[in-house]
Amino acid sequence: MVEITLPPDRPSPGELTVVRSVLGPPDSPWRGGARSGPATRVAVGLGPHRPRRRSLLLPTLVALQEAIGWISRGAIRAVAEHLEVPPAEVWGVATFYGLLDMAAPTGDVVHVCTDIVCRDGARRIAELRAEGVDARESPCLGQCDRGSGELRTRPWSTPAGATTVGGTLRLLADREPFSGLVAALGHEPSQVIDVVEASGLQGRGGAAFPVGVKWRAAAAGRPGRFIVCNADESEPGTFKDRLLLAEHSRSVVEGMTIAGYAVGATQGFAYIRGEYPEAREAFVQAIGEARELGHLGSSINGTDFEFDIEVRSGAGAYICGEETALLNSIEGHRGEPRSKPPFPTEVGLFGRPTVINNVETLANIPRILTEGAAAFRSDGTSESPGTKLFSVSGDVAAPGVYELPLGTPLGDLLSLAGAPEPRAVLVGGAAGSFVTDLDLALSYEGARAAGISLGSGSIIAFGPSVDLMDVCRRMASFFAHESCGQCIPCRVGTVRQAEALAEPGWGPDRLAVLSDIDRAMTDASICGLGQTAASAIRSAIRLGLIGGS
Amino acid sequence: MLGAGGGTSSYEEAEDADVIVLWGSNARAAHPIFFHHLLRGVRRGATLLVVDPRRSESAQFADRWLGIDVGSDIMLANAVARVIIDEGLHDEEFIDAATSGFATFAESVQPFTLDRAEAVTGVPGAEIRHLARTYATAHTAQLCWTLGITEHANATDNVLALINLALLTGHVGRYGSGLVPIRGQNNVQGGGDMGALPNKLPGFQDVADPAVRARFESVWGAPIPPRPGLHLSQMFEAMAEGDLRALHVIGENPAQSEADGRRARRLLEGLEFLVCQDLFLTRTAEMADVVLPAAADWCEAEGTVTSSERRVQRVRKALDPPSGARTDLEIIAGLAYRLGRDWGAPTAEATWDECRSLSPMHGGMSYRRLEAESGLQWPCPDEDHPGTRFLHGRLWDRPITGPPAPFTPVEWVPPVDPLSDEFPLRMTTGRHLDGYNTGAQSGRFDPPTRIGGTLDLSPEDAADLGVATDDTVVVTSRRGSITAAARVVDHLRQGLVFMPIHYPGADVNTLTADAWDPKSGTAEFKATAVRVEAAGNG
Repeated sequence: MVEITLPPDRPSPGELTVVRSVLGPPDSPWRGGARSGPATRVAVGLGPHRPRRRSLLLPTLVALQEAIGWISRGAIRAVAEHLEVPPAEVWGVATFYGLLDMAAPTGDVVHVCTDIVCRDGARRIAELRAEGVDARESPCLGQCDRGSGELRTRPWSTPAGATTVGGTLRLLADREPFSGLVAALGHEPSQVIDVVEASGLQGRGGAAFPVGVKWRAAAAGRPGRFIVCNADESEPGTFKDRLLLAEHSRSVVEGMTIAGYAVGATQGFAYIRGEYPEAREAFVQAIGEARELGHLGSSINGTDFEFDIEVRSGAGAYICGEETALLNSIEGHRGEPRSKPPFPTEVGLFGRPTVINNVETLANIPRILTEGAAAFRSDGTSESPGTKLFSVSGDVAAPGVYELPLGTPLGDLLSLAGAPEPRAVLVGGAAGSFVTDLDLALSYEGARAAGISLGSGSIIAFGPSVDLMDVCRRMASFFAHESCGQCIPCRVGTVRQAEALAEPGWGPDRLAVLSDIDRAMTDASICGLGQTAASAIRSAIRLGLIGGS
Repeated sequence: MLGAGGGTSSYEEAEDADVIVLWGSNARAAHPIFFHHLLRGVRRGATLLVVDPRRSESAQFADRWLGIDVGSDIMLANAVARVIIDEGLHDEEFIDAATSGFATFAESVQPFTLDRAEAVTGVPGAEIRHLARTYATAHTAQLCWTLGITEHANATDNVLALINLALLTGHVGRYGSGLVPIRGQNNVQGGGDMGALPNKLPGFQDVADPAVRARFESVWGAPIPPRPGLHLSQMFEAMAEGDLRALHVIGENPAQSEADGRRARRLLEGLEFLVCQDLFLTRTAEMADVVLPAAADWCEAEGTVTSSERRVQRVRKALDPPSGARTDLEIIAGLAYRLGRDWGAPTAEATWDECRSLSPMHGGMSYRRLEAESGLQWPCPDEDHPGTRFLHGRLWDRPITGPPAPFTPVEWVPPVDPLSDEFPLRMTTGRHLDGYNTGAQSGRFDPPTRIGGTLDLSPEDAADLGVATDDTVVVTSRRGSITAAARVVDHLRQGLVFMPIHYPGADVNTLTADAWDPKSGTAEFKATAVRVEAAGNG
């Protein structure tokens, strides 16, 4: 409950229709309904439903953006009134996301990637503008394998194109749909966690946290638990989740359902980045099919287990890939990370114990249940079992998604993709590190030994002609743009880092400034964004890739 | 409450209560400090119910808001009582052990059926029943009110009707359950504590009690008249009769704050001698024969204030007053000197110590303790007493100590100023967050949130009258007429208009009626019959 002062602006009939298409017809004169009769004498609050209601805020804004093309003050009023959220908070959420426009566009809008792989984006923007298109610079759109990412907004779409796939296909192999769920339902929930724990599966989003441990922690929490699929893949150079969602959605739905069974959750949310409209569509379709086949919804596979999934769309915010920022985003707040602890397994979505796993992590679950933990462990190393998807892009002959056992040397992966001798390789995206040693073992322990992180498996190769200072500047601008601004070390540090790199000349003073900023951000930022915003630049300096004469 | 001159509960109890009822109070705007305690309770899961004719800022935080007709509070309260009794939700053990007069009371509320209450209050019967059940079945409940209850000609009966509900359910005298009249300003409670009431000496001691008077007389060295003085409304009547011919006004602005303001100003003008002691040259001070410039007690003087939760707190001097201004204590001591009594130059602490020697409830509140313990809540009779978090705990002793708490049957009567074809709209008054009383202080700055002295009305009435926001309208009551800018707002329903009290340019008390409650002396500021017309466009 909160006091609301609505602005004088009114929504257009079209905007009102969109708002009501998401939120339903108003149930009270105090939430946008007609003023008449006894209803004007009573106002009934939303009570315990309030948080769930507010979580429709971002979906409503996304619907407005897609249908109307921008979010007017009148639309903000309508959203505020229907949801009983102060208009200033609606404004705060709307302006948080890069894909939501707060002014009417001048023409068709196309977002064009100008990030570290698609470095030629500026030329494409000029081309489009010459055609009268409202073309805009964008951070990574997850189309790095194409080398020229684009997102159109009317209709909301990306250019068609197949993704190259290669390597040891385990996860990416065809399999019997929902056989993992059948296997899981034959176990007690705690036994399912035992199997996952025995497989040694680690989180594939970047943190490599043991999945079984996470599930067990959430299962021990108070009831009303949630499963969240983190499909907000936004790390520059990463596009493997786009492939999984577009072509293996059933495995992700199945993985979430098994997770729900194991930890005792009845509701899941899949948060899919707004830049992946086709992937979202495929996932929504997979949910519909699963429901029809009785693998989702009530009495799943004829048991009394009940689980369903809601899909939420991101709207252009890298930070929402951070798990607690993602939870805030689902809840209809600005996507700002929370302080940890408490961890989401204890206080997660709507304050409830929550398992939040990456798309690839969840996609691995069904095969672990059908094939068993030992089969999963037959790939990879003892400390990093299984296979991993790598998004390979940049100066390679065959950019694409490669599945390889963890522990495979970097050189082998690059040979497979057709880049035998790059000048440098960026491992883990903008939050990762440059590497020049092609013997690096692509396992979690191998990365740790080399003082780097595999992150989500982004591998970007740079040939001899690439200006790596330009790449570093783009990364620094990326972080300055994507910092949520909540904590000072990151808000100020990312901007100062970009400024320091933008200045001409180079010398010990500059190195000292960058090193100070690095230390402040790495030590004092609230979340991983600030903590890793200097990582790649630090590695570039250490390897002598930038700053030389 | 119940014989004690203050609210029964501490602020922290609002944070821990299961149910909070805000009745006739827009604390969000008028009592923001209390409201932030209340909000902590709401955020911890308390159910907030608000009874108010307007869907006020406070009501917007509520789980349920009941939009009653102005002046129908007793009808609602008695109907709530009837539901509680009919459904067997009353606390029989508490009623038997700690109260008196239940049978008569139960009888008295029988005519207050839901149908009748719905017809009179405008609130659907089902909502009245919901309020009754929620309040009665709560483990702990705070029943809070302010001027929406007390600025009526039947103010005392309104309060008694609410007290009856607390007695019925046992929601008093326990941690988390209490009766909370939220006080305006930082020190309304302190004024009462210090005997600024016609019939009380400091510590709410009765002036008619010879033993009490004797103790004060021995310390003060002067006789105290045994008869009660006049309250404000009676003073104006005495002026009209010619019995009261001189007035010393300290920190009040009656020329603007009195109901039926034109009459009040006429009476003030007719005085033989008017002294005004104030920080500012208020509208009243402009009429005075002598103005005594006073220091700002909150920052230019030492002393204490008492908050709504009966907490006496130290005030410390931070600045010297401007040249020529003196503290209230200096002015009064100076006045005494000129009248032939030399009190020397008493310090605030010495004055306070004398007070605590005479007022038992303040006895243990030395400056040292007030500073060390961040204030103390009365009663605090001696230096070893920790102060009192909530009152009337005695009602839960078995057997109870002291007399039982009485039920008092009360009858509903409509507002004094009736609606008619000529005056078809009900106007109520209230406060803005950035305004303070007559604006003598808050009118001196211009906050970005300021709305100003608008006549607020519903979209339906605005359409009927053909006015839009910012149009000038003429507002007329049986007593006078003023102009104001219109503001069309969603939170009012058809037939109900509102004006804030803070703005001399929109002198709302030209319109209000000076009908006042014989028991409390408070005028009916909240219920005026008016008509509104568009100005200057035909």
